[in-house]
Amino acid sequence: MHFDSFSDFIAMGGHAFYVWWAYGITFTLLTTLTIVSVRRKNSLLKEIAKRAQHEDKLKQMRKDKKTNESKT
Amino acid sequence: MWKWLHPYAKAERSYQLASTLQPWFAISSIVLLVVGAVWGLAFAPAELYQKEYYRIIYIHVPAATLSMSVYMAMATAVLISMVWQLKLADAAAAAMAPIGATLTAIALITGAIWGAPSWGTSWVWDARLTSYLILVFLYLGVIALHNAFEDKALASRAAGILTLVGVVNIPIIKYSVEWWNTLHQTATISKLSAPSMSSEMLWPLLTNILAFALMIGALTLVRFKNEVLARNAMRPWVRELAAKVGDK
Repeated sequence: MHFDSFSDFIAMGGHAFYVWWAYGITFTLLTTLTIVSVRRKNSLLKEIAKRAQHEDKLKQMRKDKKTNESKT
Repeated sequence: MWKWLHPYAKAERSYQLASTLQPWFAISSIVLLVVGAVWGLAFAPAELYQKEYYRIIYIHVPAATLSMSVYMAMATAVLISMVWQLKLADAAAAAMAPIGATLTAIALITGAIWGAPSWGTSWVWDARLTSYLILVFLYLGVIALHNAFEDKALASRAAGILTLVGVVNIPIIKYSVEWWNTLHQTATISKLSAPSMSSEMLWPLLTNILAFALMIGALTLVRFKNEVLARNAMRPWVRELAAKVGDK
């Protein structure tokens, strides 16, 4: 361990401002990118499911229309 | 000899392979990122002149170096897509652009924070910083082009052309510190001769570079899978996956 105490470690030899901002911003950016990337899968699959349902509905409507027309 | 590769040209097979690899990359990168951060922040010795704030090196250098590697990987994917018409390569290129953009942002911000105490300025228009800023704009342009067209194939072609043109900037960034007088120092580890750095500082740095590389791998796999899903939305296997999520 390079530092004598935990408060020494936090103080970073008087340069805490620079070190912790750099690490903090990096951590925030990488976490955000990860969360956005991981979540995208679910939202994408939901969109695709919705589209598939919509297409099925249209198909059903077309079929119903055809059977109605053949009745009359 | 290379025939075993052929099935992976199919989107579903590649998606499965990416799913298998993903946890390995994710776990190893998280472990190494923690080890690298603790090593760099708490155990590496202080630098002679900069004392403690040199520790920014452990994120600045991995982000900056690998942002250029990601760009070259993206350009390679584009080239493969253009030469062999492999659509999956487009998905890979599109997956990498936002990762590279994030890395360039990290490198610029940590560089600016580091520059304040060491150079007395956060920004100068020297060759290294300026050519690197162009890399940020190249990434942003590639992302914008990927999102500019409804048709993914067309979008990838447009973004691909910009990607390939932008490759010229990579050697300019790399050699800017040698070709011109820059405030930024010359290479310390990525050169032909031995690294001019004590091994007590070098090892944590190499650990962090490996950690970042694995993290980039994990993120690329996650985003690649998303791109494959979006580009194959009409396929039955994607519809099946979607139906499972839609039911919940």
